[in-house]
Amino acid sequence: MSLIEITEVRKSFGDNEVLKGIDLNVEPGEVIAIIGKSGSGKSTLLRCINGLETINAGSIQVAGAQLATDELHLKALRLKVGMIFQGFNLFPHKTAGQNVMLSQMVVKKTPKPQAEEMAKKMLDRVGLGHKFDAYPDQLSGGQQQRVAIARALAMQPVALLCDEITSALDPELVQEVLAVVKELASEGMTLLMVTHEMRFARDVCSRVVFMHLGRVHEIGPPGEVFGNPKTPELRQFLGQTH
Amino acid sequence: MMEFSTWDIVRNLLLAARWTIVLSLVAFAGGATVGLVILFLRISKQKAARVFAGGYIELFQGTPLLMQLFLSFFGLSLLGVEVPAWLAASVALILWTASFLAEIWRGCVESIPKGQWEASASLGMGRFEQMRHVILPQALTIAIPPTVGFSVQVVKGTSLTSIIGFTELAKAGQVLTNATFMPFTVYGFVALIYFALCFPLSKSSQFLERKLNVAHRDH
Repeated sequence: MSLIEITEVRKSFGDNEVLKGIDLNVEPGEVIAIIGKSGSGKSTLLRCINGLETINAGSIQVAGAQLATDELHLKALRLKVGMIFQGFNLFPHKTAGQNVMLSQMVVKKTPKPQAEEMAKKMLDRVGLGHKFDAYPDQLSGGQQQRVAIARALAMQPVALLCDEITSALDPELVQEVLAVVKELASEGMTLLMVTHEMRFARDVCSRVVFMHLGRVHEIGPPGEVFGNPKTPELRQFLGQTH
Repeated sequence: MMEFSTWDIVRNLLLAARWTIVLSLVAFAGGATVGLVILFLRISKQKAARVFAGGYIELFQGTPLLMQLFLSFFGLSLLGVEVPAWLAASVALILWTASFLAEIWRGCVESIPKGQWEASASLGMGRFEQMRHVILPQALTIAIPPTVGFSVQVVKGTSLTSIIGFTELAKAGQVLTNATFMPFTVYGFVALIYFALCFPLSKSSQFLERKLNVAHRDH
């Protein structure tokens, strides 16, 4: 059984069908890059996996937790998959440390000392142990995104969803975030990332998914997808971005 | 005829002003509590709750406070329930205040970026936990200036309760006018006392607005 099973998923916004039957199975430890033009449905797919969008048909399952619309099922699913956003979305009224501690205490009812210890550990892991007491607006974009990663990791998810996590960053800050992701990948974390960093996808990912018009258009190891694109759409897409 | 000195007038008005203050506090505290409930219903995921809260707000914002006071005072006694003026006044003011506070606060809650909801949801928080730990603390900072500003309306709104016979500042002014035949003096003092109550409130609202805008967060 795969860790993440996405079966025949369809999603429409009004009359506009954004996902037209997606099938994707992700094995534990896989790092998947999802690439494609804007509007191809890649972010929507990611958001469906942890229930930020409701799906119209099909099913999604992560480590035995089934996607459903009630709060109990959603919570069980979201404890398995963490998500990191393009806009960081740190809680501005809390320090970096408190950001990482909050959901542990509120959702998992972890006692404060343990939550604090975990927060320190996770902030150290992303190289920001010294910023425990800094507020988000005192951190650079790259640092904020690393705190967001620590915050997701503190919930000990089995997989992480990364939604264009470097797109809002200044070019010189992209690498520090990607370095953290790369390390997570090497430690065996299952990652699904929507990304425009083609070189990163080529170097780090085990498989690349090319989405086009709401479908998985091509899928395979990076060497194959980048080195020998089979469809004209992928060739055109890669031609644009390279 | 009994002679009234200016001091007699002022003293009696100040004594009555105590009831204006008490009524304002009751209306505000009660209105805030009911308003918070209406707010939760207004932004609920349940359509029925949203419709109910929306209807409530429309009803109480769309009818004059005076009518609400009449209805709670005379309406309930028509049903055979004997309601004292202070109770009818408190109930009507609380419900009226709640409808405005709920709508003010809804605006504040909706001004919090969607990403805050999504991030807290993706961490497994339920709706109530999101509100309690993520959304309301941020919305509160934005809500303080308009809330304090609205409290001025509540203080002035209490003057209408004189019409159902509750003896607060405005009613005392009416009584004193009848006794002294000096409407200009009496109502002049009445207005001054209302101003003395409201001016600090609206000033503090402006002050808070400036302060919270600059600080941008509460630490």
